[in-house]
Amino acid sequence: MRKDVHILVVDDERIMRDSLSDWLLEEGYEVVAVEDGARALEKVRAERWDALLVDLKMPGMDGIEVLEEVKKINQDIPVIIMTAYATVDSAVRAMKQGAYDYIVKPFNPEEIGLAIRKIIAYQDLLKENIYLRHELEKKYEFMDIIGKSHKMQEVLALVRTVAKSNSTILIEGESGTGKELVARAIHNSSLRSEGPFVAVSCAALPESLLESELFGHEKGAFTGAVARKKGRFEIANTGTLFLDEIGDISPKTQVGLLRVLEEKKFTRVGGTEVLQTDVRIISATNKDLKAMVAEEKFREDLYYRINVVSILLPPLRAKKEDIPLLVQHFLKKYCIENKKEIDGLSSEASRLLMKYDWPGNVRELENVIERAVVVAKERIIVPEDLPLLAAEEGKFKPTPDMSLREVEKEHILLALESNNWNITKTAKMLGIDRNTLSSRIKKYKLKKR
Amino acid sequence: MRCIYILPIGSIHQPILRTVAQEITLRFNCRCKIIPSLEAPSYAFEPDREQYSSGKILKQILNNETLCSLLKGTVKILGIVDVDLCTPILTFVFGEAQLGGKAATVSLCRLRQEFYGLPPDPKLLLERAKKEALHELGHTFGLVHCSDPKCVMYFSNSVRNIDVKTDSFCRSCSMLLCENKQSERE
Repeated sequence: MRKDVHILVVDDERIMRDSLSDWLLEEGYEVVAVEDGARALEKVRAERWDALLVDLKMPGMDGIEVLEEVKKINQDIPVIIMTAYATVDSAVRAMKQGAYDYIVKPFNPEEIGLAIRKIIAYQDLLKENIYLRHELEKKYEFMDIIGKSHKMQEVLALVRTVAKSNSTILIEGESGTGKELVARAIHNSSLRSEGPFVAVSCAALPESLLESELFGHEKGAFTGAVARKKGRFEIANTGTLFLDEIGDISPKTQVGLLRVLEEKKFTRVGGTEVLQTDVRIISATNKDLKAMVAEEKFREDLYYRINVVSILLPPLRAKKEDIPLLVQHFLKKYCIENKKEIDGLSSEASRLLMKYDWPGNVRELENVIERAVVVAKERIIVPEDLPLLAAEEGKFKPTPDMSLREVEKEHILLALESNNWNITKTAKMLGIDRNTLSSRIKKYKLKKR
Repeated sequence: MRCIYILPIGSIHQPILRTVAQEITLRFNCRCKIIPSLEAPSYAFEPDREQYSSGKILKQILNNETLCSLLKGTVKILGIVDVDLCTPILTFVFGEAQLGGKAATVSLCRLRQEFYGLPPDPKLLLERAKKEALHELGHTFGLVHCSDPKCVMYFSNSVRNIDVKTDSFCRSCSMLLCENKQSERE
């Protein structure tokens, strides 16, 4: 009746396999029959099944064991346990293990027909559920920012509100929390979306270069300035300028920046001409700017200028309920990119993802999922596809009495050791940039053990 | 010329065979011939179930040397029995067929009102026999169960379902039947 329903029959007796397969084929289903649990699990890992009909009594792995293993791979597959031994005990055991139904061989034709129809209805329900989930996902998404946790919902609401205004915004959050993504989302949904979005990483450039990068320079302003160059303020005119790691700018550049913010005017390095600009500034930092103001390392007047609206992005460990949604998003993204078909994660792999502390935040999660999609051999991601997380399980277990500092230190050390102290590889694995990693190594005085 | 053979297995009432043959000629648009009967299927008896294995009867039809020569080309053969049929997985069947194959079998046993403790109804038995014969032969032409309760290819798990359905193929099953018959000829 339904060609798109794929059923896997598992029975050690050939006559039963053939008889049931013939009947299911006459019903119009796609059927494959195998003789034992091991082959069944291979099939479940490799292909999509709408239902499994599993014999209870089989040599080696029995029906209940097959059911348990199948549920570890894919919780959603309905499994019907079949048996010639109709005991209440085995029926109860099967249902407790998550069997969808339980039928006694030989079946009354009406009984098996009803069981299969129930599965089709269940499948339809699952499809409807997936559709509704997609609809719900839209609610939890805003320009690629994903999160259903209360904290992220608050952030999304604020982002939507401030996008339409013209105020300066300061985005605070740890590395990898998605500060640039938020800045781009604000720009794309603002009235300036037709204008350019220009990003500058203040930490990546030395003071002299940063000034020239922001304000431009005249020909001959300094050695190597062979021609006049437009700065990012000029390029970003009518659009948005995103100043990442603003806590790293020098006092001199802070003055220049304050002037632009106050007067909307600036001069190129080595120049005298006063230029006008119409730019919205969005800044970001992973430092405590308020503390820097108190220590007089950051100008107070500039702090208040860039901080008209403040958005605090929570670290991933503080919004773990968002992990499944993010995983789903990255799985979809990297399956398309890598032309692979992956249905989801095994229960154990999901548990590892939820247990891990994610010091590199969403960026680290994205890297982990990207790698897992690339290396996955089956349609389900298993712990072996998440080696860093699986290794973490065995090696390093943070306890509630450990400070965050201790946990981060141990984790970075572990990542460095697993990459033989290769800074680039470790930074990529942790989802942070090289500079951040180097500063953490210095901060924690990490050395080879 | 294409032909569907009707093979009585054991003693089967001639008027039933003739009615089924006429219906087959009409619905499949081909010749239908009743051939001499085989002995009652004692070889297919399952003592544990006290029923007869439909699979064993099908095998017997396919392995019978005389019938083998008839089965060359694109013909089908329908065995008609009057014993209660079962399969290893189902408590009973009204018939069984090779999906897209040569042979099918139908039992009259559960089509009779007497089986359910009711007075005999020869007319109703004929109607049911026609429908089940067409249904099983439909399988040999590659048709699977249909979701239309009025179509003869609807799966009947009780005589009630048989009585509700008609003795004709629905539009989509008719189209498929035509296609499959055509491809068998080619």
